Amino acid sequence: MTGERPIGEDDLQAFVDGRLAPARLDIVKAYLAAHPHMAARVEREVAQRDALRARLAFKAQEPIPSRLRVANLVAAQRRFPRMRLQAMAAAVAGLAIGAVAGAAGGIWWMQKAPMAEQAASVADNAIAAYRIYVGERLHPVEVPGEQEAHLVQWLSRRVGKPLAAPDLSAQGYRLIGGRLLPDNGEAAALFMYENAGGERLTLYARSGGSEAQTSFRFAARNGVSAFSWIDNGLSYVVSAKADRAQLLPIAETIYRQFETAGGSAKSRL
Amino acid sequence: MDEIASLIEPQIPALRRYAWALLRDDEAADDLVQDTLERAIARWAQRRRDGDLRAWLFAIQRNLFLNGVRQRKARGAHLGDEALNDIEAPGPGPDGHAGLRDVLLGLDALPEEQRSLLLLVGVEDLSYEQAAQVLDIPLGTVMSRLSRARARLREFMENGRTAALRRVK
Repeated sequence: MTGERPIGEDDLQAFVDGRLAPARLDIVKAYLAAHPHMAARVEREVAQRDALRARLAFKAQEPIPSRLRVANLVAAQRRFPRMRLQAMAAAVAGLAIGAVAGAAGGIWWMQKAPMAEQAASVADNAIAAYRIYVGERLHPVEVPGEQEAHLVQWLSRRVGKPLAAPDLSAQGYRLIGGRLLPDNGEAAALFMYENAGGERLTLYARSGGSEAQTSFRFAARNGVSAFSWIDNGLSYVVSAKADRAQLLPIAETIYRQFETAGGSAKSRL
Repeated sequence: MDEIASLIEPQIPALRRYAWALLRDDEAADDLVQDTLERAIARWAQRRRDGDLRAWLFAIQRNLFLNGVRQRKARGAHLGDEALNDIEAPGPGPDGHAGLRDVLLGLDALPEEQRSLLLLVGVEDLSYEQAAQVLDIPLGTVMSRLSRARARLREFMENGRTAALRRVK
């Protein structure tokens, strides 16, 4: 080994990772043969490396869920680019530490950020309402969908903003009715929809706090998923027993219907 | 778009594995991966063509993970980078890989920067150069940190038994 660079810790790490060049590998092997104590240490590190790989291997073998398919994600961004920009703005604004510029990823974790607290509490109330009323057999709604005009007028008056029951027939859902609910001392409206398979979803709306508009936020509690957003001074939450990818197009449809209904082409971004 | 899909999709299993190792929760891990992919797609045009795609993707994902942790922890209080090393790993969860559980407990005993390095190099097979890019540290630091991480893991696996037993249900 004379004339060679002495064996260093870097060599031993590269040995563990199988990343030594062949010539260097022979030298390290010879060194380990002559130093059994060090050889035993390296052997344990190799074994632990293998154990970690084995323990985590299952995750890489799972099929990729559809919501992570690039084609689906690209399509979603194309359909809804503004939401992405808003999510970025919201995420950056929500940072307690201004130094972290890379938060553009957005909605993930955002339920926990302070600025999202209000939205989160509305979402929690909406999910609670979903739980209580969607499973209700006898009286899921106070006013049935047949009286839509009356229902919308009544709820709009109580909530204090003009509401509409979005048309979700393209998604296979029809309005079965609605009811009035209390939410932190204010009135909230709940519209309930049902599809041919008997699956139900709810749209919850109440007059929404200080923010004029926000991006979509996703929350899931025990199998109930919800997208919430604020638009035109109203907080909306759409909830269903569905996964994020299934619920997103419905939330988008509702958002768009309110946007067109609101007329006046709000100049956003 | 086809180019994006053909380049990114082969990396998704590894991104999911890294995310799961950090979070130990299927849904949260896939949320993190989804945010990573959305960000990568949005910034596809700005990425350096000659840059390393894997390192770029893993760097996005790790930064999003750290941002998420910061946001959870911050809540108004100032939090320095050092504090990230006190992040408690989420624990192995109640699934049944009993015989192999120990190594994840050992991983949990490491600070995040060492945990990530062991995962990127030891599990995801990133080169030392790629790992240096992901963690944004010099190559020499990668090597010394790797050595410390493995020493600490070894130490924990050999002497941390009582601690390990206490944490197993």
